[in-house]
Amino acid sequence: MNITLNGENKQIPDSMTVTGLLELLHIQHQRVAVELNETIVKKDRYGETVLNEGDALEVVSFMGGGEISSECGVRSADFKAKKRSQNHE
Amino acid sequence: MDFTEDQILRYSRHILLPEVGGDGQEKLLKAKVVLVGAGGLGSPVGYYLAAAGVGTIGVIDNDRVELSNLQRQIAHNTARLGVLKADSAKETYETLNHDVKVVTHKERLTSANIKNIIKDYDIVVDGSDNFPTRYLVNDACVMLKKTLVSAAVFRFEGQVMTIVPGEGPCYRCLFEVPPPPGMVPSCQEAGILGVVTGVVGTLQATEVIKMVLGIGQPLKGRLLLWNALDMNFRTVKVPWNKECPVCGERPTIKELIDYEQFCSLSH
Repeated sequence: MNITLNGENKQIPDSMTVTGLLELLHIQHQRVAVELNETIVKKDRYGETVLNEGDALEVVSFMGGGEISSECGVRSADFKAKKRSQNHE
Repeated sequence: MDFTEDQILRYSRHILLPEVGGDGQEKLLKAKVVLVGAGGLGSPVGYYLAAAGVGTIGVIDNDRVELSNLQRQIAHNTARLGVLKADSAKETYETLNHDVKVVTHKERLTSANIKNIIKDYDIVVDGSDNFPTRYLVNDACVMLKKTLVSAAVFRFEGQVMTIVPGEGPCYRCLFEVPPPPGMVPSCQEAGILGVVTGVVGTLQATEVIKMVLGIGQPLKGRLLLWNALDMNFRTVKVPWNKECPVCGERPTIKELIDYEQFCSLSH
């Protein structure tokens, strides 16, 4: 079926949930906010929210700005891994 | 208000605009705007607000100028390495325009001091560099009903939204709770194209000036997204979230939260 994702047409399998779509797109749900037909979807409802033909979905990324404060500066494992792989290149 | 001859010359290109005029320029000179952070975003915001003749500019920052800041933080310069950013920004803005009074707040924002710092300003500009501050500023602005022009940048992208409590959604309406610590890489980790902070900061300054003048359509209920590589602007409608924990129908957050404290306790 067809949906509009971030303003662009996108074909996805029928009966897909928000969780399923984020997995398909390799997006971690903690990093984004999701808006379905101009209504915010609460994170705990991603699994039960089934998408329908013609839905308009916006997936908006969290952006924090510059430096993470030292107290909160625990980096995600995947990001560290990515950094390591970049260092090897 | 009587303008001096110098002021008439200085602001002539503003005064020529029917949407600004002498009345608008007077509003700008009487406006009080506070910047959360004098870094990549705050630097250009303050620079253009000073040029525009915004009469009182508050600068909240307790960091010192470092060499790695100067690729984007245009309020500072090489001679000011090691100087407090608030003092450096004050020098820059007041040198540009003597009509401007810069008030420095050389402290870190916390739940204990934020309300007292921002209460005397009309508009708050968030150019903060971390989520604990971003949420603290949003919540305090909602509680004090202060207009907030919020923005963030990352690598080649930026976001801007203007929050008018009681009239539109807040930051939490969209992003209800902060991401888990470390989940979203910072610019320090991931890099930032310097000029991106300039574009996004000047967009913030534009919103501030529009709000002071009461002209145009602010980014109220709209999130502006910009990608420098695609050179593409998009706006996403952000509805007021009636379940928002701070500005919804039944708010659960009634006191300010220091997420930092929470983070340091849990990690």
